[in-house]
Amino acid sequence: MKEFILIFRHPNGHEVASPEQIQVWMKQTMDWLAGIRAKGKYDGQGNGLLFEDSRVVGHNNVVTNGPFGEIKETIGGYVIVKADSIDEAVEFAKGSPVLQGAGNTVEVRPLAKH
Amino acid sequence: MMQQQELIPHLFRAEYRKIVSVLCRHFGLGQIEIAEDLASDTFLTAAQTWGIKGLPPNPTAWLYSVAKNKAKNYLQREHTFDSKIAPALIDADQFMPGDIDLSTQNINDSQLQMMFAVCHPVNSQEAQIGLALRILCGFGIDEIADAFLSNKEAVNKRLYRAKEKLREQKIKMVYPGDAEVAARLPSVLTTLYLLFNEGYYSESQNHILRKDLCLEAMRLCTMLIENKSTNKPEANALLALMCFHASRFDARIDEHGRHVLYDEQDTSLWDSDLVSKGIYFLSCAANGDKISNYHLEASIAWWGTQKTDSKEKWENVLQLYDQLLQIAYSPVAALNRIYALSKVAGKQAAIPEAEKLNLADNPFYFALLGELYTGIDNNNAKLNFQQAYSLAKTGAEKQTMQRKIDSFN
Repeated sequence: MKEFILIFRHPNGHEVASPEQIQVWMKQTMDWLAGIRAKGKYDGQGNGLLFEDSRVVGHNNVVTNGPFGEIKETIGGYVIVKADSIDEAVEFAKGSPVLQGAGNTVEVRPLAKH
Repeated sequence: MMQQQELIPHLFRAEYRKIVSVLCRHFGLGQIEIAEDLASDTFLTAAQTWGIKGLPPNPTAWLYSVAKNKAKNYLQREHTFDSKIAPALIDADQFMPGDIDLSTQNINDSQLQMMFAVCHPVNSQEAQIGLALRILCGFGIDEIADAFLSNKEAVNKRLYRAKEKLREQKIKMVYPGDAEVAARLPSVLTTLYLLFNEGYYSESQNHILRKDLCLEAMRLCTMLIENKSTNKPEANALLALMCFHASRFDARIDEHGRHVLYDEQDTSLWDSDLVSKGIYFLSCAANGDKISNYHLEASIAWWGTQKTDSKEKWENVLQLYDQLLQIAYSPVAALNRIYALSKVAGKQAAIPEAEKLNLADNPFYFALLGELYTGIDNNNAKLNFQQAYSLAKTGAEKQTMQRKIDSFN
């Protein structure tokens, strides 16, 4: 079995959702991951990537604030799943509640073996 | 993965409004948007982390800790303390230096203060209800738009203007003292009453949301009762009234989403627990030397929970309406009184009284006449129901009138 990282990209703007809606999405995420865990393909590796107090360090050590959560394509979190093929990993990714938002994506990348 | 606790339903909504109230008390009502943003950010962060890592051992404490840090970071980062907040705080009746206090007592106090600020008569009733839904109840813009059968832009505009008004008029969050309570409680109760009505009579197809609105109005009214300074007889009477009405909530709509009239309701769906609660609060309301319209409406509503057609019921209800009309006339009450009169004295006696009202623009006036003429002059009854149909404003009302019209065929 191989390991794949699922990278969630979505805006984090608070105009987008009410507290109730946020809780619904969170519960959906928990249920989705519980489903993968039940198949023995997920062991809890993953985390949210916070936007507050974040920086981008660039060439010549130029440091800027960011990335900011309101921009699409910023990474909000990731999980690492086990699968036999990229297609199987993609099937897992399709269950992510993140995809309910138009324009959001889940990037699926194989982890290098070493 | 730490987890396996239960995620409390509506946890985020419940904690959102508490955090907003406390932060707003800290920053001042003029900075309400900042309080809302910080609160929302707290829940977004929670969703990002808990969704993947699971619930922390003490979710509420986690939320409060993160909210406090975000508030602190905001103040440091924005450097707005000196330029914006300090002058506002000097204005404020209560300056809260130091840490954000998320103790139970401060949460209660802040929510009560927020209720009085939100229900300030400087804003229209509609604006107050919108603010109440957003800030006191934690509903989202979509949900509010759904409840009012409006759209997001209109709701956002209404909320924006309402907050602007509070800012312009320099309305403060203050703990209501005796004078404040005496002056302002009536308008607070009116807003809660209208909020309850929004849920009860809303045209929204979202049954759960409408029930939520009623429950929220009841929760806010309970908050008033749990606070010594606002635990007045009228507040207890209003809560009793809400309990009695809410007890029939599940019986009022059938599986197809249509309104079920009182006489046709399945009484097994009536919530006897809520009726008991209503009776309890009505007895709590029975002190002091003033009868408010809520006392009378609650008493009438109690009779509504007794599905009997007895003379005793209708004589009592008639008397109560007579009293109610003396202290608070409304066309609805006048019409309901005549219905009660017809039950006591017969339809023939009631018809001339009804026609005297001559509420020519009111669909319920014609619906009442339709009821009264049924069995006496069915042609006239049908005409009246048709008139009621043409004046009816909502789909549900039209449906009800149509069924009455059809029953003559």
